[in-house]
Amino acid sequence: MSRLVVLGAGISGHTAAAFAKRWLGSDHEVVVISPLPHYNWVPSNIWVGIGLMKPKKVIVPLAPVYRRHGIIFKQGKALSIHPEGGEGEKKPFVEMEWTAEGKVGTREKVSYDYLINATGPRLKFGATPGLGPDQFTSSVCAEDHAFETSKRVDEMTERMRRGERQRIIVGTGHGSCTCQGAAFEYIVNLEFELRKRGVRDKAEILWLSNEYELGDFGMNGLHLKRGGYITPSKIFTESLFAERGIDWVKRAHVTEIQKDKLHYKTLDGGEGEEGFDFAMLIPPFSGVGLLAFDKEGKDITDKLFMKNGFLKVDANYEQKPFEEWKASDWPRTYQSPHYKNLFAVGIAFAPPHAISRPRKAPDGTPISPTPPRTGMPSATIGKAVARNVVEMIRGETDHPKHHASMAEMGAACVASAGANPFTGTAASMTVFPIIPDFEKYPEYGRDLGFTFGEIGLAGHWIKILLHHMFLYKAKMRPGWHLIPE
Amino acid sequence: MTEEKKEISPYRERAKDQGTYATKPTAWTRFMRIFFPYQLWRFLVINIKMLRMISKGHH
Repeated sequence: MSRLVVLGAGISGHTAAAFAKRWLGSDHEVVVISPLPHYNWVPSNIWVGIGLMKPKKVIVPLAPVYRRHGIIFKQGKALSIHPEGGEGEKKPFVEMEWTAEGKVGTREKVSYDYLINATGPRLKFGATPGLGPDQFTSSVCAEDHAFETSKRVDEMTERMRRGERQRIIVGTGHGSCTCQGAAFEYIVNLEFELRKRGVRDKAEILWLSNEYELGDFGMNGLHLKRGGYITPSKIFTESLFAERGIDWVKRAHVTEIQKDKLHYKTLDGGEGEEGFDFAMLIPPFSGVGLLAFDKEGKDITDKLFMKNGFLKVDANYEQKPFEEWKASDWPRTYQSPHYKNLFAVGIAFAPPHAISRPRKAPDGTPISPTPPRTGMPSATIGKAVARNVVEMIRGETDHPKHHASMAEMGAACVASAGANPFTGTAASMTVFPIIPDFEKYPEYGRDLGFTFGEIGLAGHWIKILLHHMFLYKAKMRPGWHLIPE
Repeated sequence: MTEEKKEISPYRERAKDQGTYATKPTAWTRFMRIFFPYQLWRFLVINIKMLRMISKGHH
């Protein structure tokens, strides 16, 4: 009997564990180690953040799901990886610390034959003074953050009903943030909700982000065929903001946030400040800070992980200028180059470089988005890695045969722009491939036949459908595996 | 924060300026975005397009 250990039960980790167990059956063990007792369908957090949904609608308790399907669940956080074993342990193992009630702080060594690191990001609120829900800004990165944010929105609404004007800032809280898409969804949903509450005329709404142009979304933007033109996403995003009366500041790195004011610098060396009554700013991400040790107990964290804490996989990490980046730099199997039984999926793998062109302010401060690897691609990667691990466990192959390069797969994204079954809208987009491949598609880096976008009510219905479908899938109800990633 | 500062309303002024240079939808476009029969059709089309794209990327 072999044991697969999956660290993390987010979109990629939960997908990997669920499929691995389905394919392996009872002949082998699948163990999930995750610090929270539930799975969170993160894309719907924006609706929690404006008060349309309660947090319980976007989470799935993991223990009963895993019990039903024979997956062993250990609620705790992984501290270190020991891929060669260690003192008293011949097999590779993970050292974890329990977070479940009654066991908090208890440490345990969990041995493995195969390990998938799907630990997701650490939300680095500390990167900008004053950033984060414990400081002066709100967040929708987790369901509990989003719930607190909705309370602030309610308070703000009350102030507007009393006739007070409110200044709102939404965007990124640091020059190296990713996940602009989540902030984008939040700002347009919030604007829609304030209209619904009849207080829109009291709100001044500002988008502030590290993108070079609006609509970059960390993917260097995208181009769409529309109305006889090939049009960049910048045009559509600016249009949506202009239509909704949302102002924007782009190319900005937030340097400090105070109770009612934030300071930022821009790519051209400028500096600015904006007052606010409510701000929802995405933090930068890093790895969760896993350590690694060899069998003698020597720290090999630098060998296995990049400096930002993400695990090195089969990517080309050679430092080179933007013009020399290639689609083939991106990983295909997500296997560690050092240990064949170690993989990383979702946000946990180290990307070889950004997708958007990197840029720096005159003082050297990087102000450009880092690459997103959430949602659909992270689930697709999780499933492909699970398939490879299963085949290796069964002895069908000694190397991963299935690949899921972000340079060879597309992504569908439905960005809600207002939640109502009759008057709501959402931007439905597909992009293929996610990583531009200028060798295959010289002009735009992408196949414009498979890259499209439009805004409308149909998108909102799709967003609702996805919400229910993916929560059903996360609950591993009958036929869950038939739902595509 | 003083009331005086809130009255300055810098975003509103800038928004007018930025909006001047942005494309805006016509009333017809805005209507079609939420016109039920047309959106039912788009619902089908978008789903087919997404499934096509998903099948292209699976290895």
